Amino acid sequence: MTDLSLQSGARPVDWTSDQAGLRVRKRKAAETRLKLVGLSAIAVAFAMLGLLLWSLVSTGWQAFRQTHVTIEVTYAQEFITPGNLARSNYRGLLEATMLELVPGATDGRRVAAILSNGAQFAVRDRIVADPSLLGRTATLRVPVSDPYDQLWKGLIDRTTPEQNRRLKNDEIAAFDALVAKGLVSSPFNWALLGNADSRFPEQAGLKGALWGSFYALLTCFLLAFPIGIGAAIYLEEFAPKNRVSDFIEVNINNLAAVPSVVFGLLALAVFLGWFGMGRSIPFVGGLTLALMTLPTIIIATRAALKAVPPSIREAALGVGASRQQVVFHHVLPLAMPGILTGTIIGLAQALGETAPLLLIGMNAFVTAAPGTPFDPSTALPTQIFIWADSPERGFVSRTSAAILVLLGFLVMMNALAIYLRNRFERRW
Amino acid sequence: MTDLRIVERTVENHANKITARGVQVHYGDKHALKDVDVDILDKTVTAFIGPSGCGKSTFLRCLNRMNDTVATARVKGDIRIDGVDIYDRRVDPVQLRAKVGMVFQKPNPFPKSIYDNVAYGPKIHGLTRNKAEMDAVVETSLRKAALWNEVKDRLQDSGTSLSGGQQQRLCIARAVATSPEVLLMDEPCSALDPIATAQVEELIDDLRSQFSVVIVTHSMQQAARVSQRTAFFHLGHLVEYGETGNIFTNPRDPRTESYITGRIG
Ligand SMILES: Nc1ncnc2c1ncn2[C@@H]1O[C@H](COP(=O)(O)OP(=O)(O)O)[C@@H](O)[C@H]1O
Ligand SMILES: [Mg+2]
Repeated sequence: MTDLSLQSGARPVDWTSDQAGLRVRKRKAAETRLKLVGLSAIAVAFAMLGLLLWSLVSTGWQAFRQTHVTIEVTYAQEFITPGNLARSNYRGLLEATMLELVPGATDGRRVAAILSNGAQFAVRDRIVADPSLLGRTATLRVPVSDPYDQLWKGLIDRTTPEQNRRLKNDEIAAFDALVAKGLVSSPFNWALLGNADSRFPEQAGLKGALWGSFYALLTCFLLAFPIGIGAAIYLEEFAPKNRVSDFIEVNINNLAAVPSVVFGLLALAVFLGWFGMGRSIPFVGGLTLALMTLPTIIIATRAALKAVPPSIREAALGVGASRQQVVFHHVLPLAMPGILTGTIIGLAQALGETAPLLLIGMNAFVTAAPGTPFDPSTALPTQIFIWADSPERGFVSRTSAAILVLLGFLVMMNALAIYLRNRFERRW
Repeated sequence: MTDLRIVERTVENHANKITARGVQVHYGDKHALKDVDVDILDKTVTAFIGPSGCGKSTFLRCLNRMNDTVATARVKGDIRIDGVDIYDRRVDPVQLRAKVGMVFQKPNPFPKSIYDNVAYGPKIHGLTRNKAEMDAVVETSLRKAALWNEVKDRLQDSGTSLSGGQQQRLCIARAVATSPEVLLMDEPCSALDPIATAQVEELIDDLRSQFSVVIVTHSMQQAARVSQRTAFFHLGHLVEYGETGNIFTNPRDPRTESYITGRIG
């Protein structure tokens, strides 16, 4: 039989023939083609990413600077009620200051509009903090209002016909006079990080959104991490393998694929409807995000537990460890890096999640940062949503800036996940 | 060690350690072990040989109830260690595994320090009262496993940083640390090079003075070198069991003879 098979495949192979060379060339050509296709796919992906980042940075970078005017305010008796510093006529004070500053100006309201609406509060806070200023002069640097900010950043075209322009000729002239005096500057826009939301772009910031997202993610983590790991350990290590556990497994996988807006509706019906929890509350947002993150964490944890080699379990069982000891002394510690990586990626997803938060009202207009997880606030993605929806020009660049901040956090979280994975990967 | 006659003489006066009667194992529908009767002597090395898939590991894993951890496995029959039925409901399988140590085919130290590898078993069973006692247990165990001199200065290094042969001896040290009475070894040398194999074989011979050692091996030379008694398994049956010298020089069953002469397996 061996002889027969030798004879039937008997054509001698000539490895030096032309056909052999042709086969080698064909194979190499195919390999080169595949490589090229792969490289171009990567190039396209990177180009898209670059385009996205470029468009964000090119519109967003302006929001990291804010035009300010340095003014000298004289706290004259005329405007200040000494007994009631908190409620004096600071608007009038500013109008007078500006009338003096801009040569030939007659309409106090019109020139005072150069300054942000928040300027009067800055002026007030200064004297409230130091009442001895009464009758004396203080130097303040206050933000300008949005149209003038745009003008200074070159976003308003001076050649546009006057009737189509947001700032009229006399307003531009007044501002130019301030510029000529060297009073205008544009330092880093700390308000973007230090203020909560505002109707006025020059005062609007992300502080509320950052705290809102932080509290929501904290709630999400504190709930989803222990529950997710507990569920995964039970399902993977202790649950009997039968139809019930199969059914649960299928459903967890399905849950991971459920669109996030559905979780939002669920939260709206259950947390707000039945339990009567408040709207716009980061804690409720965290509960909602936990529902979404739970399947991700369960799946990641189960995968990490499965990846621990059976030989380690056998070794532990072999010296007389109980199943519980095997899991908690050996399997879980070895799986921890994988679990943490999965959890961080799940949290990063949750950080960017918008739809469920919209449904529980975390797109409310809140001008103060939440002090606790139970105060109403926005979150980063919903703040972006609000700003993107706002008509004021100043919110265009602020939207991009907020997206950049959000992306920054996402990159940091993913970098942490990658670091953990590389640091602790495969110790056996 | 190669002189079988010397070995034979020492066998006679040892008592039965393990008695197995009518042991049957099913994995789901598969009948993996059929009616195995065997008496394993104390302070003796017993080798299980046979073609692969014949049920050697399966039977070995019955002796410390490792098969309990396989969901599909069902074990029937009667296995007694020192007269105690180990499948009795009053016997705790977890504790049994501390009393019947096991060494696996592939060295599988925990990814922890050498010290912690050996100390793990005594720790979870609460066998020591303080650090000094634990240190002593670790040292004796490593000495029994002929590893102490090589690792005494690096006990905090990871167990996985050792060579394959050292890892396997570490696993032996880990198994003997709980003072077992029986030591089960499932092809302990099949992942080792010849030099490491020789070291482990020598070690097995030493261990015989304190334990009843059962070793599964696919190498008949190894069985001849280290064991005093040999059991030949074939297709789930225990075909022949007796003194190693007799099995190799004078097999009674034709299947044993074919296997030993290399015609099956
Ligand atoms: N966990 C298991 N599930 C199903 N079948 C198994 C399992 N372990 C072993 N078997 C089967 O039982 C038979 C005996 O296996 P084993 O005892 O491992 O043989 P060996 O003598 O090579 O050690 C083999 O046919 C094997 O396929
Ligand atoms: Mg085997």
